[in-house]
Amino acid sequence: MIDARGLSCPMPVVMVQKAVQADAPATLEVLLDNPCSVENVTRFAANSGYSVETHPADNDEYRLVLTKQ
Amino acid sequence: MEQEPNIKLTKLAHCAGCGAKVGAGVLAQLLGDIRTHRDPNLLVGFDKSDDASVYKVSDELALVQTVDFFPPIADDPYLFGQIAATNALSDVYAMGGEPKLALNLLCIPESMPKEAVHDLLRGGYDKVYEAGAIITGGHSILDEEPKYGLAVTGFVHPDRVLTNAGARPGDVLLFTKPLGIGVLTTAAKADLCPPEVLQQAYTLMTTLNKAARDCMVRYEVHACTDVTGFGFLGHAYEMAQGSGVALEIDTSAVDILPAALEFAKMGLLPEGMYRNRHYAEGAVDPGAVPLAVQDVLYDPQTAGGLLMAVAPGDADALYRDLQGAVPSAQWVGAVLPETEGGKRIILR
Repeated sequence: MIDARGLSCPMPVVMVQKAVQADAPATLEVLLDNPCSVENVTRFAANSGYSVETHPADNDEYRLVLTKQ
Repeated sequence: MEQEPNIKLTKLAHCAGCGAKVGAGVLAQLLGDIRTHRDPNLLVGFDKSDDASVYKVSDELALVQTVDFFPPIADDPYLFGQIAATNALSDVYAMGGEPKLALNLLCIPESMPKEAVHDLLRGGYDKVYEAGAIITGGHSILDEEPKYGLAVTGFVHPDRVLTNAGARPGDVLLFTKPLGIGVLTTAAKADLCPPEVLQQAYTLMTTLNKAARDCMVRYEVHACTDVTGFGFLGHAYEMAQGSGVALEIDTSAVDILPAALEFAKMGLLPEGMYRNRHYAEGAVDPGAVPLAVQDVLYDPQTAGGLLMAVAPGDADALYRDLQGAVPSAQWVGAVLPETEGGKRIILR
């Protein structure tokens, strides 16, 4: 799991990118706290062969689940 | 607290360059209820969301006034100074004017090394001199985050003012710089942008719009705006709305920095891109244009190019002239009549 809460763009998407490049996990859970990062991670996932489920939580936080296609 | 002599300026900034601009929609709300005074000599003011205000002094002379400042978009202070000045001067060029006087606006942390502040200001002075204008003073305050820019005054003939509201159906749209600067500086924040690519963005951001303006004023141009914080589509939308027209953009003709397109696909997009998209996308028909291309069209630019609406009879000649004067002149589309309930911007 990647917890990128508290980090501003582009650091969250860079963390996700590094995790995917390191060992191409079948699923990856990502915690975010701003809409820009949600959109950026979603774009990265779509271009890297992952589907994304976005679960908005309280306090403007989001849990994303990336699944390898 | 003492800082390292070779400080990384961008690490002190929350938000880089024109990406730090308050969103266009938010700005309209903030100004919403404020009463503005009318003056018959005020040729361009708040009402059209233009690049600068223009005040008629006589039948021969109008003053063009603008101010622009932002947090560091480059680590090198001299470079940041040059970029901030190039960007501030651009609003005068976008009105068809010539900059003459400038005042520094400087915010600096107390701990910032004196040499760095000196280099920053030297960058500003050098660009202003290159523009043929002079810096006559300024104001500095202490602030945790550095910021720099200038208030610039220029002159224009009152009959030759180029607003963003004069585009007419049938006009040709020309544009003068490649897009993708905001994406590249975002990638640079994560140390992902190769130095030679970043250097390309720096060169663009320190290229004055003077040569483009000097070509433009010799032809029948109906409208002009410089593409900065609201991105190509945000500024195009303002032009379309202000002029009461629609703009058709041939996206294959728009010069997009190749690396910016790759970074856009990787999700390395600045927050300002999403603000711009939110502001304008309701008025944009994206057609079948790929998402990454659209994203770069919404990318906030710093010291971006001039977007001109040119009379069709003059378009070929101006385009040829521009190609000789600025390296990346592009013929990007055409102005269409507005349609009832239709979109303001049509992407092809």
